[in-house]
Amino acid sequence: MTERIIFYILAFIMIVLSLMSVTTTKIVRAAIYLLGVLMGTAGLFFLFNLNFLGAIQLTVYAGGIMVLIVIAILLTHNVGFGLPMPDRRHMLLGWFAAAVGITVAFLEFTRHIFVIGTENLDDRVAKIGADMLHYGEGGFVLPFEVISILLLTGIIAAIVIAKGGIPHKRPTPPSSKQS
Amino acid sequence: MDSGIQISDILIVTAIMFFIGVYGFVTRKNLIAVMMALELIINAAAINFIMINKLVFKTNLHGVFFGLFIIAVAAVEVAIGLVIILNLYRLRDSIDPEEITTLKH
Repeated sequence: MTERIIFYILAFIMIVLSLMSVTTTKIVRAAIYLLGVLMGTAGLFFLFNLNFLGAIQLTVYAGGIMVLIVIAILLTHNVGFGLPMPDRRHMLLGWFAAAVGITVAFLEFTRHIFVIGTENLDDRVAKIGADMLHYGEGGFVLPFEVISILLLTGIIAAIVIAKGGIPHKRPTPPSSKQS
Repeated sequence: MDSGIQISDILIVTAIMFFIGVYGFVTRKNLIAVMMALELIINAAAINFIMINKLVFKTNLHGVFFGLFIIAVAAVEVAIGLVIILNLYRLRDSIDPEEITTLKH
């Protein structure tokens, strides 16, 4: 029962903060509300005894991605920058799309009967690490390596793009100099 | 189930989060704010993978691995996206998605 109450509190916090994150007119506040949503997600993982995933969520999302976003905001805006409100038509259409999606998902999830497995899930950190690097049946070593190569290419691409030097104006043609 | 929390409760919460993210994605007029809405969407998807593995299909840890991979890919995607946004800001002095027409001819 206690877990249920904690879950409902976490769900309330996550939904309210994500709503505030997409509707606020200050961009730094939007980032801070998003940080709250991500930390609530980590709390959800801790509630279900998924300690490793909760720690990953806190370090990668709340630690890494949010710092990146806040630094990008500070490099491109004043701190008190106000986001413009969307015009009325876009807002109504957006809420309509969101309401339709939520209604369809709600109807489907309440009517579908989930077949709950009876065995206990072995989710110790040692099991996660062993399966991640296992190359036999049920092993995930190939996606693991693919993700590591993806991270490497991401870092290289970020350096190459951020270094700049992309010419956005054509240099004057040399023929004009001779005339 | 021991904790009494149904899988449908979690799925409804993440569906609400997902569609709030969709709303932010289609209405925001700032590329960084669009990216923050995208984070909400990705986060909701990752929670679904992990919680369905934890509460419904308990034979192996495939959902947990997909959650981990989604988190890693989201980190890469945000890094590349923010670098592109910073470079656009340097070139155009604006990150309004309506004004970014550099590649349009």
